[in-house]
Amino acid sequence: MTDILTPAALPPETASRSLFQLAALRFRRNRAAMASCIMLVLIALFSFVGPYFISHSYDQVFPSYVSIPPSLEPRPDASSLQDVMESVASRARVELKEFAVEGQIFTATVTSDKPVDPRTTRYFDRANEFDGTQVVATEDDGRTLKLTGSVSREYFLFGTDSNGRDLMARVMLGGQISIAVGLLASLVSLSIGVLYGATSGYIGGRVDNVMMRFVEILYSLPFVFLVVVLVVFFGRSFILIFLVIGAVEWLDMARIVRGQTLTLKRREFVSAAQALGLTDWQIIRRHIIPNTIGPVVVFVTVVVPKVILLESFLSFLGLGVQAPLTSWGALIAEGANNIQSSPWLLIFPTIFFVLTLFSLNFAGDGLRDALDPKDR
Amino acid sequence: MEENKETILSVKNLKVSFSTPDGTVEAVKGIDLDVKAGETIAVVGESGSGKSQTMMGIMGLLAANGAVEGSARYRGQELVGLPLDSLNKVRGARITMIFQEPMTSLDPLYTIGRQIAEPIVHHRGGSFKEARVRVLELLELVGIPEPGRRIDSYPHELSGGQRQRVMIAMALANDPDILIADEPTTALDVTIQAQILDLLNSLQARFGMAVVLITHDLGIVRHFASRVVVMRRGEVVETGTTADIFERPQADYTRMLLAAEPSGHKPAPADNAPIILEGRNVAVDYATGGGLFGRSAGTFRAVDGVSIRLRQGQTIGIVGESGSGKSTLGRALLRLVPSSGRYNFETTDISDFGRAAMRPLRRELQLVFQDPYGSLSPRQTVGEIITEGLYVHEPQLSRAARDKRAIEALREVGLDPAARNRYPHEFSGGQRQRIAIARAIILKPKVVILDEPTSALDRSVQGQVIDLLRDLQNKNGLSYIFISHDLSVIKAMSDYVVVMKDGKIVEEGETEAIFEAPRETYTQALMSAAFTA
Repeated sequence: MTDILTPAALPPETASRSLFQLAALRFRRNRAAMASCIMLVLIALFSFVGPYFISHSYDQVFPSYVSIPPSLEPRPDASSLQDVMESVASRARVELKEFAVEGQIFTATVTSDKPVDPRTTRYFDRANEFDGTQVVATEDDGRTLKLTGSVSREYFLFGTDSNGRDLMARVMLGGQISIAVGLLASLVSLSIGVLYGATSGYIGGRVDNVMMRFVEILYSLPFVFLVVVLVVFFGRSFILIFLVIGAVEWLDMARIVRGQTLTLKRREFVSAAQALGLTDWQIIRRHIIPNTIGPVVVFVTVVVPKVILLESFLSFLGLGVQAPLTSWGALIAEGANNIQSSPWLLIFPTIFFVLTLFSLNFAGDGLRDALDPKDR
Repeated sequence: MEENKETILSVKNLKVSFSTPDGTVEAVKGIDLDVKAGETIAVVGESGSGKSQTMMGIMGLLAANGAVEGSARYRGQELVGLPLDSLNKVRGARITMIFQEPMTSLDPLYTIGRQIAEPIVHHRGGSFKEARVRVLELLELVGIPEPGRRIDSYPHELSGGQRQRVMIAMALANDPDILIADEPTTALDVTIQAQILDLLNSLQARFGMAVVLITHDLGIVRHFASRVVVMRRGEVVETGTTADIFERPQADYTRMLLAAEPSGHKPAPADNAPIILEGRNVAVDYATGGGLFGRSAGTFRAVDGVSIRLRQGQTIGIVGESGSGKSTLGRALLRLVPSSGRYNFETTDISDFGRAAMRPLRRELQLVFQDPYGSLSPRQTVGEIITEGLYVHEPQLSRAARDKRAIEALREVGLDPAARNRYPHEFSGGQRQRIAIARAIILKPKVVILDEPTSALDRSVQGQVIDLLRDLQNKNGLSYIFISHDLSVIKAMSDYVVVMKDGKIVEEGETEAIFEAPRETYTQALMSAAFTA
């Protein structure tokens, strides 16, 4: 608004806000986007911090627990322990009178016609489930023993896979790898695409023609073919996945940034910079790239899920991460193979995957609304 | 004479507010307004005075975060809060609008015939075929040549003036009672402005509708309106007949608006003042079209053999309508566009200087642009913007030294130095133009090319910017090339005037000679359009 009485007065706002701060303000008022951000933080915490809170590692095999369904109860459960205990007791030729499990401790009372040799505890220790069995009390002239010891009981909240590995640990690892691939590959595509697109669009003319035709040639190469070629040349490695995906995804980014640059370079502030004597590179760096940031940030939120999907596609083909490492995509592929016998193998990674993709998309939507408002 | 006429639109205590992240902003703070049948009422105010928002509020066209309160009765029917389908029976049929920007208010995908027929078919029923007769009649009425052929043209085939005529035809399609014209001529050249206003005048005489003219241009008001409403900051400052307002303004604000016509004149520099920038036979060609290997379909000559000679301390005004090549000439003189011809800066021949060779000279030759909204990068702080030139030309300066220079430059253009930590979007148009000027003068240039520096500004702010430019010229001995289509500003600022048309110089000479006794017919037409409209 024009204030004619105090021409040089500053706007009567208390705090100065950059465009970015204004966008953040709008973003914070978008509930879906904020919820998505919180969800993303929770998933990231689960994947990266979670492994420190569970005792199983992602490659630890539990031969006694192959393909067991998820449960809040510790494994083995009380009734199967009872069964084991009874068979142990019969092998030790004693009769089991009482048996109880509490946490990691069991107590049992065994009796026999003859006094029981305390060394029978060995029979108990021989079972996989029990350990450190001790005699607590002897009654009836040694015919009744009260035993106690520890049971190794494991929690498998998400169940285990067909190799007997804890699915929760594997989902965490898969999350780490999927998120890392998603972010790093997006960063690779971001930096190549932004630089390439801005340069091509800003310089224009023949340079632009040649640069964009090159992009189109790359577009026409089949993705899988490209990956196979790269894998053949450089061998299979984790870094290669970032590079391969980034090398494909930057094409879209370059096109978007070029389009933005074409409109930006006709803006007067670019002409002003030219008139000030800035070099092309200085203009690209100081004026073009910062002003493309809105669409670019939004596009990145679309690229991240896309990259995660691509990585899972590669893993599915056997070109991605290799066992015992895993990613959400690989876990889902594995789950899909066992969907009838053990559906949880599909359900848990899918929940995390879908939640992440949803959240990224909602956050992207929110960012777009925040960065590209109609009212300014 | 208007007293006995029936009041057809009665606005009472109308309020328009917008909800923003910083709370509710009241754009219109309860105004009263009556429109009588057949009269022309002008709503005058500077940008941000709420004059457009009042009309948008009545027509139900506010942005999504806007809200309207109060009452606006059209022939007894309350329009505020009317459901959409009832409102649509009134707007577009009984009350119609023309907008400022003819370039964007027509849909590029439909022929103009179809677009004019749209309101007819919508409000009266019938088919587009039946409406065609009426459309031809309307095109004839608004003075489109060859209506039979033009009816099937697309908007991009028409000039700005013709598009505005098409908009008027659309607005007239249903014989409205009230025509709201929101800055109908602001985006047009002066000669076309006059034609459009004449057209509106004759149409009104013929059909007797009321016209609500929203404008910031008092020149238009004086010749066109019978009553004037002066608005400021969402309130009505003064209402009265045109004669009363212009002869006996009551409010200080009205007086200030009336006095805001740019005034003063600039004496010519001494005859022996050295020539600082010279261009001989400047020609600029633009390639039209072009293929993969740079073949171009043809060239368009934007500037055609113009010679210009700028002396130390002189201000040359370049006048011309849009497309006359005046801005291109300015850029060619600064060697910012590829051009042919001979160029001298002081005693150096810069004709063959490439970009790298020009770079050290850039600090001597600066440019200020028309659009203060587009010429400042929205992602840099004001401090970063104005010190950018130092960053290039005096890279040895420390951060603190640059900051000091920024403070000096901001003081010089009359802004609070605290402004340098803020972002451009927080400033008004006039303040932004001051920032753009600060960016140019921080390098202590010798020549500044001002490309329509006041065109996007309100009159009162224009005056301030002109005063500032004048001060800076006197203090620093600057030489200006002042490009504008606004003759009154040119008259106040420059001592030598060049009139351009189609890339060529039509006439040039001392300011007084050009303004008092123009020789060429084109110049005469320009003068009469500008000073009588």
